[in-house]
Amino acid sequence: MTTTQDRPAVAKEIGQERRRKEDQRLITGRTRWTDNIVLPGMLHMAMVRSPFAHAKITSIDKSAAEASPNVVSVLTGADLGESQGVLINAWAITTDQVTPTHLPCPIDKVSFAGEIVAVVVARTQAEARDAAELVDVEYEELPAALDLKKSANDEVLAHPDLGTNKSAFWKFDSLEAGTGSSIDEAIEKARTDGVVIEREYRQQRLIPAFMEPRSTVVDPTGEQITMWSATQVPHILRFALAATTGVSESKIRVIAPDVGGGFGGKLQTTPEEWLTFAIANRLGKPVKFTETRSESLMVAHHGRDQWQKLTLAADKEGNVLGLKVDLLADLGAYVSLVGGGVPVLGAFMFNAIYKFPAYQFNCQTVLTNKTWTDAYRGAGRPEATFGIERMMSELAAELDMDPLELREKNWIKHEEFPFTTVAGLEYDTGNYEAATALAREMFGYDDLRAEQKRRRDAGDKVQLGIGISTFTEMCGLAPSRVLGQLNYGAGGWEHASVRMLATGKVEVVTGASAHGQGHETAFSQIVADRLGVAFDDVEVLHGDTQIAHKGLDTYGSRSLVVGGEALVKAADKVVEKAKPVAAHLLEASVDDIEFEGGRFTVRGTDQGLAIGEIAAAMFSAHDYPEGMEPSLDSEATFDPVNFNYPHGTHLCAMEVDTETGAVKMRKYVCVDDIGTVINPLIVSGQIHGGLVQGIAQALWEEAVYDDAGTLVSGSFVDYLLPTAADTMNYEIDHTSTPSITNTLGTKGVGEAGTIASTPAVVNAVVDAVRHLGVNDIQMPCTPERVWKAVNGVGAGGEASTEGAAAAHFDPATGMEGTTDRTTGGTQA
Amino acid sequence: MAKISLTVDGAKVSDDVEPRTTLVQYLREKLGKTGTVVGCDTSNCGACTVHLDGTSVKSCNVLAVQVDGASVTTIEGLAKDGQLHPVQESFRNCHGLQCGYCTPGMIMQSVALLEENPDPTEEEIRLGLEGNLCRCTGYQNIVKAVQEAAGTRAGASTAGAVAEEMDS
Repeated sequence: MTTTQDRPAVAKEIGQERRRKEDQRLITGRTRWTDNIVLPGMLHMAMVRSPFAHAKITSIDKSAAEASPNVVSVLTGADLGESQGVLINAWAITTDQVTPTHLPCPIDKVSFAGEIVAVVVARTQAEARDAAELVDVEYEELPAALDLKKSANDEVLAHPDLGTNKSAFWKFDSLEAGTGSSIDEAIEKARTDGVVIEREYRQQRLIPAFMEPRSTVVDPTGEQITMWSATQVPHILRFALAATTGVSESKIRVIAPDVGGGFGGKLQTTPEEWLTFAIANRLGKPVKFTETRSESLMVAHHGRDQWQKLTLAADKEGNVLGLKVDLLADLGAYVSLVGGGVPVLGAFMFNAIYKFPAYQFNCQTVLTNKTWTDAYRGAGRPEATFGIERMMSELAAELDMDPLELREKNWIKHEEFPFTTVAGLEYDTGNYEAATALAREMFGYDDLRAEQKRRRDAGDKVQLGIGISTFTEMCGLAPSRVLGQLNYGAGGWEHASVRMLATGKVEVVTGASAHGQGHETAFSQIVADRLGVAFDDVEVLHGDTQIAHKGLDTYGSRSLVVGGEALVKAADKVVEKAKPVAAHLLEASVDDIEFEGGRFTVRGTDQGLAIGEIAAAMFSAHDYPEGMEPSLDSEATFDPVNFNYPHGTHLCAMEVDTETGAVKMRKYVCVDDIGTVINPLIVSGQIHGGLVQGIAQALWEEAVYDDAGTLVSGSFVDYLLPTAADTMNYEIDHTSTPSITNTLGTKGVGEAGTIASTPAVVNAVVDAVRHLGVNDIQMPCTPERVWKAVNGVGAGGEASTEGAAAAHFDPATGMEGTTDRTTGGTQA
Repeated sequence: MAKISLTVDGAKVSDDVEPRTTLVQYLREKLGKTGTVVGCDTSNCGACTVHLDGTSVKSCNVLAVQVDGASVTTIEGLAKDGQLHPVQESFRNCHGLQCGYCTPGMIMQSVALLEENPDPTEEEIRLGLEGNLCRCTGYQNIVKAVQEAAGTRAGASTAGAVAEEMDS
């Protein structure tokens, strides 16, 4: 096990289950959601959206809307012209990437259902929405590119002017990169004297579905134009607004007030934000836009949506020889902020914790006439983890080996760290044996296997399956130089500053932008330990570009491992500045000053001063060393040298009713190694919530389009977000190998549960019915699909969500007023 | 316009409202009670849950004109004299919230659930909260918070506080 250096000698706060500072306001309704903001003379916007997936706009008649009560303005893309700016893609994954121009409000053509064609501005939201109904838009419908595979063959073009749907092809090959051997030779060898597993998996389209619908308020009445937005990325938003509208960055202030969840879904720069900005500036009045839930599900970006063709080569003893990945990734109608970078984040993760000698990753990103896709919790790594963890279980089944033993045979042993993988990453620390041993014990693995055998032998109608996921992930986005090599448009550093106030209070400013993660609490714990001040004396400020002027925001499990480290460095600078002041005031040599538990003392004496006393002395500045500025305030920008690699072992037991196809979760155990834990309570919440999002992908959630390109799962009636009644209690624990790439030893935890859980669940469902000839069930594993798989009538890799894409309320389809959805079958 | 008079969080209010105004719109836009939030448009999410004459309702599904003469308690009126309601306390103590957006509705529904069933099983809690969606917590710590509050309610002092809230 590796240890880290340079931890504070006194760690009173780190590791404590501190109750959150954030909660007092949130549990009493004293909140500052963007939609709560009301400004004098504020106007409201409503959007007119295209009902067609692909169509020419032939005319727009605004007259009835303009005559509607209290309507101030009705604006089309043509009216707005260049003033609306343009939406950017920050990560062209190849230099020749095909990237359609993305106007917030297009002028002559719409490219997905829900795209904005006109904006109504009125004195109240209700009046704006009423008038939006009166805007008469004529369309000439065009054929729509909807199916991912067909679109990849350019059968129908999403953007005919581009001549192709193929946006970019991205490849990694271990032989070419010098990180491994030839994949073709590995597969060839396995075909003759080993085993080759070939599968095709579907990563269905998901919707992030944060609870707070997106909302934006823009106030153009001050010297700085202020935008409040429900965003994860206020700093990126400000930069992109300045870069695309011609307004100086210094004239834009972006505030992310209380933000109600994101999960990647608010890691975006949106048409709605751009239009609010443009129209508020045009009218000179504060303007608000708040989306409805239906709008949110329809047009806020979606996630996942891949086809994965996987080829795994191994010898007959189960030693892996090579892995080949061929991905098709659906970008939707536009290349979003991160865009094709999402599947590329999976490029380094399909090899996971295993020692593959040869590896190749090919990814084709494809434009379609559907909602754009981008990051959703895990972003590329859940897809990769699903692929490899399903394949390892398939290999174990093929060789009739225990899937845990097969994994152990191939994973990096704890004494082999740091380990450079076939994808070229250096994993700093980890101990897969320790996490697995603990998970196995908590799960009662051997007993459940014995029960599974008994039920199989007895031919029970309800069969038991055990699913495994021994995952790792790369997070803490990210080393700026690596991002540069990948052609990403920004860096991955984070900024922090520490202000020592005259009264002994400490203000901490972070460039991370929390939306439920509990930064105010966890960061207070870190600073309290580092400076030896009271937890309650630390105030964490964030989410306002005028207060936190520098930052790269919150996504990719980066806030703690990158932002937290910036905080540590800034706090350490405060201590270094305070030392000579302490020496001066105590009339001692700097070399004799020691700092511990918030006090500077003179070695060998009982003389000392608290850090707060020194801060007060610096405020009055009556007596301080010559040649020094009278300030302890400090800032730091931290750029990590490596990604961060949490890992864990997740075990899932599923019961599958072979007569009805209903599935029920029996037990879920996970042991995550996230290094040093700052606050176990917050970590538990991150894991629980992450698990449920991953489990929901396996069992419940899917964004379904009909054959006209209309999203038919566009409300919470149709898109199955799990409820308390669908879920259960999950057993979580931790092993710890602290990271050595940050001084706290922390690893990211925000996405771990989501990345790990999906394959564990599907592996368990398949394991329950494998003896019936089943080797795959497409997600979400609805009772219908499970039943069909068991009964040998399809529902393997190629089955679509049956019925849901049929005419929605058409009695002829036999689904009048109903939808294709499972009740989950896991009533706890 | 229709005239309504009612009590909200203990205060008497009277307004002219458009007949189509929902209760949550009235609370947020007219009274500035922005603690109660809107999370969907199909009455699935429960974020807007308040108490109407002691019973939990989704305030997006009630018209303002329907509450004329009634008493409404929102998340903002749950704490009394600076003293948190036991359910608010347990949500904080058990880390039953993250982003906090579902929290007002989740707490109001939990209070109503415990009023109907002071000693619920885990399954009864899960079924009782089925109409409230949370995307952050995976529900585990929310269920725990309700269980903890149920335990707390067994104590005489806090049980009184809950009963008082329900009467108001």
